[in-house]
Amino acid sequence: MRDGEPLIRWVWIGDHVGELAHYTGVHLRLGLLPVLFGLIISVPLGILCHRWRWIYPPTLTAANVLYSVPSLALFMIFVRYTGLTERTVMIPLTLYTLSVLIPNVVDGLASVPDPVRQAATAMGFSTVRRVIQVELPIAVPVVVAGVRVAAVSSISLVAVGQLIGQGGLGYYIIRGLQLDFPTPIITATVLIMLLALVTDALLVLAQRLLTPWARGKGAKA
Amino acid sequence: MIRFDAVSKNYPNGTTAVDGLSLELAEGGITVLVGPSGCGKTTTLRMVNRMVEPTAGTVSLRGQDIREVAAPELRRGIGYVIQHAGLFPHRTILDNVATVPLLLGWGKKKARARAAELLELVGLPATMAKRYPYQLSGGQQQRVGVARALGADPPVLLMDEPFSAVDPIVRGELQAEFLRLQKELHKTIVFVTHDIDEAIKLGDNIAVFRTGGKLAQFDTPERLLAHPADDFVADFVGQDRGIRRLSFVQAAGLPLREGPALPVTASVAEARALDEPWVLVVDDARRPLGWAEAAGLADAGTLADIPLAPLGHTFSLVGDSARAALDAALLSPSRLAVGVDAQGAVAGVADAYELSAAIAGTGGSLGAAPEAAGVAGVAETAEAAGPQLVKGAADPADAEDAEDADGSGSNTGKTGGGDR
Repeated sequence: MRDGEPLIRWVWIGDHVGELAHYTGVHLRLGLLPVLFGLIISVPLGILCHRWRWIYPPTLTAANVLYSVPSLALFMIFVRYTGLTERTVMIPLTLYTLSVLIPNVVDGLASVPDPVRQAATAMGFSTVRRVIQVELPIAVPVVVAGVRVAAVSSISLVAVGQLIGQGGLGYYIIRGLQLDFPTPIITATVLIMLLALVTDALLVLAQRLLTPWARGKGAKA
Repeated sequence: MIRFDAVSKNYPNGTTAVDGLSLELAEGGITVLVGPSGCGKTTTLRMVNRMVEPTAGTVSLRGQDIREVAAPELRRGIGYVIQHAGLFPHRTILDNVATVPLLLGWGKKKARARAAELLELVGLPATMAKRYPYQLSGGQQQRVGVARALGADPPVLLMDEPFSAVDPIVRGELQAEFLRLQKELHKTIVFVTHDIDEAIKLGDNIAVFRTGGKLAQFDTPERLLAHPADDFVADFVGQDRGIRRLSFVQAAGLPLREGPALPVTASVAEARALDEPWVLVVDDARRPLGWAEAAGLADAGTLADIPLAPLGHTFSLVGDSARAALDAALLSPSRLAVGVDAQGAVAGVADAYELSAAIAGTGGSLGAAPEAAGVAGVAETAEAAGPQLVKGAADPADAEDAEDADGSGSNTGKTGGGDR
């Protein structure tokens, strides 16, 4: 860092508000869409793993192996197919969410009390209807706990995507390093952390609204 | 109404949950299945709504083999109540009760109106409709469970130890309420319990199962207490079955004698003249006030002037049983039970010896109930059906059924082991 350069030049932030807002939006999209896609994949997989227990260990192992592959390596693999696009960032991030979301869907379904499942069957729910109308809603608190972890980690991981030019606010971190200029690095880092915290808080709020029935049982998250 | 024809349930691991059961349950009555754990009573119950599929034999409902109806459809027409209520935690009380009507496609409005009606029927205030199950006590949850089972007004109700998870006081209330409801609704009810007292209190008929899934006796509570089929049943029914049987003898038929009763205005001299150790003092409407002990009488005055020993309790000739009468005799300071009529006036007295002599007399007439022969017959067919089992197991169609049943077992959680 150059001598006399302050950690934060507030003027720079004032000059870049519009641009910062744009990159924040991109960052949110790159961070949260993978969580949504992850959920779309994990719910059916989780249901299958819950119903046929023997599928679960290999599925979970596969998800964990994917999680262990460095993001950089995954980006390089997907660049060959999807180029330097947002998709190349979102596909690995989606794969990463699975190792958190699948176990949470399975645990959520396992949290359905046995008498409840039996009662539903005895009332005349078909299997599909029982899963959709009874078991999944009851699994929501546990699933949301997983979504919170996945969302926070996904939002902070997006920045790495800047290595292929798609990193949302990560752009400022790389630029700051190149220019030996700390203001954008600190601004982007703080913004990413704020995004993660706000997203987490919104998820907690959403869960409260979605599951008024779970209050009093102690927050499961 | 519900008929089991040589029904058996064997699991691949070799356990037999139900063994050659033949049983016919009458329409509009409460049949209690009772027995020690692992006797197949819950498995039997679950075969009625196809939660468990039999390995051999047929179960029919109103003359129709239940396998001819798709399971979910069959179940919507059969109410089901379980031990821990099994309410849906994510639905309000009202929506829990509306479950089956909604499944039947009634439409939200109509289903909820019906649910509100049912909440009232089971004695829950309308303010509870919007609450969630976790906000209710165990007893209230169980009431909701019953209301939910009645959702589409099914003719048949299956109840699997519905009252065993609540404390004894609440259980007593729920049982009384349940009997009141049944008087109104006349459902055909199959009720599983391990508690013989509950069985005797609630059952119109009782099927006693023994370990290994065999029917030991199918009878009315009176006959079960008076004439247990064998040592197992006698043992299971308990040591005090002689006393408990008195619950089924009406006090109205008991012979009472006049006894040493005097109005409170009578003089002490009159009381002495009776030459009895205790004198029952009554008011001007002949309602009993208490006992005066002859040894403690003053020299002069009326009975109003002397302290009376409390009555203990009296028994009513309208509504009370011989058990209450005998209890009254045992608790009375004079050893005489006081019987009162509908107005509460003394009808007469009797001591424990007189009561037991009279009860022994009625015991014979109780035993003459016509079901006796039929009951023994059922138990025998059950035994005779044993060999058919072996045949059934060799039949490939049946083996397939067994696999199906197993599938649905894992489906519904830990039902595979039968009774838990």
